[in-house]
Amino acid sequence: MITLTIDNREITAKEGATLLQVCLDHDIYIPHLCYLEGMEHAAASCRLCFVEIEGVAGPVTSCTTIVKEGMVVKTDTEVVRHLQRASLQLLLSVHHVDCAHCPANRKCALQDMAKFLKVGLKPKYLEQHLKEPEIDQGHPYLDYYPNRCVLCGRCVLVCKNSHDRPFLTFAKRGLDTVISFYEEDRAEMPCDECLACVEICPVSALMKRKVG
Amino acid sequence: MNPIYNQQVEQAFDAIRQEAISKTKAAKNEDIPEITIGKATCGLAAGALDTESAFKEALAEQGIQARMKSVGCIGHCYAEPIVIIDHPASGFPPIFYHQVTPGKARMLVKSFLLDHDPLFEHLLGAMRENEMIPQVLDFPRFQFEKRIVMEQSGFIDPGKIEEYIARGGYSQLVKVLQSDPEEIVQGVKRSGLRGRGGAGFLTGAKWEFVSRAEGKEKVIICNGDEGDPGAYMDRTILESNPHQLLEGMAICAYAVGAGRAIVYIRAEYPLAVQTITQAIQQAEALGLLGKNILGSSFDLEVVVFQGSGAFVCGEETALIKSIEGERGMPQHRPPYPAQSGLWGMPTVINNVKTFSSIPAIVRNGPEWFSEIGTKTSPGTAIFSVVGDVVHPGLIEIPMGVTLRHLIFDVCGGIPKKKGFKAVQIGGPSGGCIPEALLDTPVDFDALNHVGAMMGSGGMVIMDEDTCMVNVARYFLDFTQKESCGKCTFCRIGTHHLLRILDRITKGEGRETDLEQLETLSQDIKRGSLCGLGRTAPNPILTALRYFRDEFEAHIFEKRCPACMCRQLTAYYIDLDKCARGCDACVGSCPVEAIFTTKDRKKGIDQTLCVKCGECMTACPEEYSAVKKVSPPDLAPIVERPDK
Repeated sequence: MITLTIDNREITAKEGATLLQVCLDHDIYIPHLCYLEGMEHAAASCRLCFVEIEGVAGPVTSCTTIVKEGMVVKTDTEVVRHLQRASLQLLLSVHHVDCAHCPANRKCALQDMAKFLKVGLKPKYLEQHLKEPEIDQGHPYLDYYPNRCVLCGRCVLVCKNSHDRPFLTFAKRGLDTVISFYEEDRAEMPCDECLACVEICPVSALMKRKVG
Repeated sequence: MNPIYNQQVEQAFDAIRQEAISKTKAAKNEDIPEITIGKATCGLAAGALDTESAFKEALAEQGIQARMKSVGCIGHCYAEPIVIIDHPASGFPPIFYHQVTPGKARMLVKSFLLDHDPLFEHLLGAMRENEMIPQVLDFPRFQFEKRIVMEQSGFIDPGKIEEYIARGGYSQLVKVLQSDPEEIVQGVKRSGLRGRGGAGFLTGAKWEFVSRAEGKEKVIICNGDEGDPGAYMDRTILESNPHQLLEGMAICAYAVGAGRAIVYIRAEYPLAVQTITQAIQQAEALGLLGKNILGSSFDLEVVVFQGSGAFVCGEETALIKSIEGERGMPQHRPPYPAQSGLWGMPTVINNVKTFSSIPAIVRNGPEWFSEIGTKTSPGTAIFSVVGDVVHPGLIEIPMGVTLRHLIFDVCGGIPKKKGFKAVQIGGPSGGCIPEALLDTPVDFDALNHVGAMMGSGGMVIMDEDTCMVNVARYFLDFTQKESCGKCTFCRIGTHHLLRILDRITKGEGRETDLEQLETLSQDIKRGSLCGLGRTAPNPILTALRYFRDEFEAHIFEKRCPACMCRQLTAYYIDLDKCARGCDACVGSCPVEAIFTTKDRKKGIDQTLCVKCGECMTACPEEYSAVKKVSPPDLAPIVERPDK
């Protein structure tokens, strides 16, 4: 066990643990989207879980930081909050904000973070950009909503972990990046039964298709 | 080291070298002329193949015997297709001809090869000192350059390993195979060589990490995924001297204890892929690569991997992912590739130019190398200079030379007597440097200091007619499209930057735009996962720093000072200069916007004009009557007579 200081609190943690996990375990909330407990290599793609560490230049992502003895961490500095807000606002600028009609309403990671960071759901300065079409129904069992998706990649990861290989993947690049599906024989797809990706999605971008 | 091995290695190589020397000597028959043609991609694009067949046909017609030799690129791309003719019987030294079209080729065969008249009006210079023709080596370009990596580029046939060996090639590998690997690593470290891919990390330190890393298997990768718009350094080196690179890689592999090497080249470089693949086969056939190299018991398997052309795959972690067969997306570092790279193995990734510098460092010693260039950036820098410059091409200069010297002395300055505006260094994530900072020396730290970066060696020169807002927009458009889409700041942030710049160039800029550009750029720099995102805002930040007035003119006056942004510019015809009865512009206009006035001069109907600029090109130079103006409402109104 090692001891470190987070926001002036002395905390003991397991060696080898990530800073983000230690914070979450001690009820210190750090906004995050792409991190999953127990993941081997953090994707570090959502760029939200920034913290500042004494002696380290600039904010760093806590999901990729392994705790060290004597580490002094601040999770609530002005720089950290600025970056977190900037990242969230960017995500919201390509998000179809329509909470009233969204199944994720009230259990949405974006809503939670917006409330925590005191950010409006419709960013003032950034122009909204939405993808076409609103729903991708290429998958035999699932509907994908690209304008809800935050591309955290959790679905790709759980899919890979639940089966011996992933059925989901990132496709295209840049702003056009979406979650897509490998073309498969319907009969061989475990998706109808599994739905791990639907459950893990923080924003209801993947939904089981309603039949009929 | 085992002394028996040493002797074996020397002996084995000596036989190879002797054979190479006699082979090249036999090929070079002093009695017949030799015609050397530059056939790297730049030469081919300029028509070297047509030139070559014209030579062959003309030789056959005239019944002259001559040896045709293919070489890579000599770096003088403005002069392609380049031909060097060595015709001893004429009494002239070997002569360098530029822009040799098929017509010129036929002329040369007849006049020079047959009648011994070297056609003075078509030659650039002689290849050695003589009393008849100025020597090219005395030209400023050759004088100011210092060639280490490119020393043999354009002189040896990249398809013939014996030419490289005959000129001393692979003997450094032989030397290294007889030394202690640690000594090599320390030597490279002492030389101060910094990675030529852009980041400028100390090469020797990287090698040291890998050589000391745990793990039975290690691997080295040559990063030839050159993707900067307008850059072609790595391509040219791969196409012109592949064996120098392979020798450098073999030295590295021996030094760090790697048994496998991969040359990663983008598939858009078919000639480079072909050249290096052939070179590997030749080296393996001679036992210079592969199993038990020269009997030393050192094995090195070298393979070529073709990248699919994503710019981000030049980033080392994304490159590794793409070799592993996954989507080319950068990973968080640490772990660094030196600790855990390809398939988890400790991996050295170096640029083509870095590896290609190694044989010279081993040959001349680390101290020799560290004395070239500056203290913190030793050695030479290779730039592909393009844009508004008299002599574009590939140049190799010692580090520390000023930009002014590089642009105006080495490359001949700006054409058409125009003024200099800016130089963009470091590819799409570099910065634009203004005239006032032209005395900045070319080295890693000085360029970073002014907001640009060394990058891998792309350099774009821009003249006074360039709009800096548009330039920033161009580069952002590139990085935005090439973002892999993984992390939030790069994926979405660069899109917003581009949207704002787009708006400004269209005259729809807002007062808050400049502040927003700055804040967003800083956030992207700080927040992005990999180097692509972290450097993507550089063109904007430097443009804002050095050319802020241009942004302000666009936003507040709806004016493009360089008259480049279409929506903010209008063309008009200066009636004082327009020649009565001249119709040159009328035919050039694709939308019939040009009409004839009552006194038989011309006017442009602004409501029809699409601002393509064709009329400006068509207007005869002695009139130069077509003018550009910004904002567009400054264009004088010329009444169109009723039909």
